[in-house]
Amino acid sequence: MATTTRTKKSARRRQLEAAINYPIDWLEERSGLVGALKYFLFRKVPGDTGWWHTLGSATLTAFLVQALTGVILAMYYKPDPQNAYQSIQHITNDLTLGWLVRGMHKWGASVFIILMFFHMARVFLFGAYKYPRELNWIIGVTLLAVGMLEGFTGYLLPWDQTAYWATVVGINLNGTAPFLGPFLADFLRGGGEIGTETLARFYSLHMLLIPGLIFALIGLHLYLVIRLGVSSPPWSREAAGSDYDDEPATNGRRGLTQPAARSGWRRNGGDG
Amino acid sequence: MTEPQHGDGPHSPGPSLYPIGFAAGIACILVGLIISPKVVVPIGVVIAVVSGFFWARSATKEFRGESVGAIEPESGGPRESAAAPAVPADRGESAMAEPQTGERFPRSRFLEGATLGLGGVIGGLVTVPAIGFMIVPAFKGQGYPKVDLGPLENFTEGQWFVTKFFMHPDAGEVSHRTAYIRNNGALNGEPSFTIISNRCAHLGCPVQPNGPVQDNKTKDLEGKNGQRITMIPAIPAGGYGCPCHGGQYDVEGNRVAGPPVRALDRYEFAVVDGHLVLGKPYSVSHVKGEGKDALIYKYKLTGPGQHVDGWEQILYPLQPPH
Repeated sequence: MATTTRTKKSARRRQLEAAINYPIDWLEERSGLVGALKYFLFRKVPGDTGWWHTLGSATLTAFLVQALTGVILAMYYKPDPQNAYQSIQHITNDLTLGWLVRGMHKWGASVFIILMFFHMARVFLFGAYKYPRELNWIIGVTLLAVGMLEGFTGYLLPWDQTAYWATVVGINLNGTAPFLGPFLADFLRGGGEIGTETLARFYSLHMLLIPGLIFALIGLHLYLVIRLGVSSPPWSREAAGSDYDDEPATNGRRGLTQPAARSGWRRNGGDG
Repeated sequence: MTEPQHGDGPHSPGPSLYPIGFAAGIACILVGLIISPKVVVPIGVVIAVVSGFFWARSATKEFRGESVGAIEPESGGPRESAAAPAVPADRGESAMAEPQTGERFPRSRFLEGATLGLGGVIGGLVTVPAIGFMIVPAFKGQGYPKVDLGPLENFTEGQWFVTKFFMHPDAGEVSHRTAYIRNNGALNGEPSFTIISNRCAHLGCPVQPNGPVQDNKTKDLEGKNGQRITMIPAIPAGGYGCPCHGGQYDVEGNRVAGPPVRALDRYEFAVVDGHLVLGKPYSVSHVKGEGKDALIYKYKLTGPGQHVDGWEQILYPLQPPH
């Protein structure tokens, strides 16, 4: 009797699993996306990674929060000199939860920048920028610079006295760069003086051009993280290349130049 | 390399005309909504419902357990039958000729280059105007309008006025500018004015007079085209100071302390029909003397923080057109 029930149950379960799997398989067969996601999420990392290694994804999360809250703020913000300040007062004081979303965007901006620095400090102190990950360090530094540019362009948008004069100083600071500085300043202002063009220009840079660039650079950054794997902490006993301890090393980077050395801690198989 | 072939099993559900009928019915409804909702729409509804019913019936045949007629797999394209493996392109009857030795530019290479080249041309045609549109307007049609600051009598001789005006009255508050103006009296029978811009020569913050500003004697004037001018008498005995980074200037705008790299900018002026008219701003390295006898070392308008004299001027050889 009990046996029959169990068989019945497992048959139902099989049906259920089939029903759940059907759309997933459908998608996988046509796109390979499920496999790609699995490859991304379930890749091998060194056994002794810890909380320090989460700073990168924390930074990514902070950026996604900025992207999401920014998109929503853009629905209410009016980027012209006559209305910008009023529309921000409206967002903050009148609209439901506007204070929260604007606050998240405002404070989240600082969180994003601070986390970028923490992440960079982690990579620096762990020596994770070394071969073969130098290119990812360079992309990361570019991301930092572009992130700061995002902060600079966003700072003007509240269009209050602080925003205005900080931008005057910031643009003139760019103007003092040798040779091309004066032209850079005019490009940023959209003319010789801060005027009606400047705010819309900064808004477009802030919410379209620079975020697009950041998304692209994050894509490259993550691609290289997946391709090269996560580095072990400096105190790791299973550091990359340690399989070769008993062989005389010809140079410091020996372990990593040989794919076999990576297989111990990287995903086996695949395209590795 | 061969294209992956779909399985040899029949496609399911097979081809059917019902979806086309359904689409025609919907189109008929949409057109009918514009032409005649009472006649054409019902016809469309009938077509759509009938075709939809048959479409659903044929699509669910398999699930309702009816036999599905064997459907011929699609033909066309190179058939990869088990009998004959694919013939590589460089072999067989219609083989592509092996490039002759000495033929340095085979057709495939040409097509590759043509694809990349055409792609580049198309990409350029799109991006070059767009980037030009982004950059060029910032450098064209710039310049400073002439601003009528009102009758000369308003400017008491020897008195400094904090004068606020709109560079472009229709642009609103963003074009609000401030200049420190003093009527120096007549010089060789011509009126003489000192007009100093309040833009700090360090990084462009607004400098303030070091001395009393007589707000209670403020004069407001209405000009043409919505121009509004505010004149506040002031006694900048200690010159001017910048609140941002502490730059200090004397009363003629010469730098005396702090980070500024030169003297304060000034405005050209003209007297038209008894009115003081503000002209283009210009940069000043330093000023010798005072008032109408001042000797002004004048330069083309340059951004704050940029040297106009000394060896550092070689860092700023070009200025955008203003």
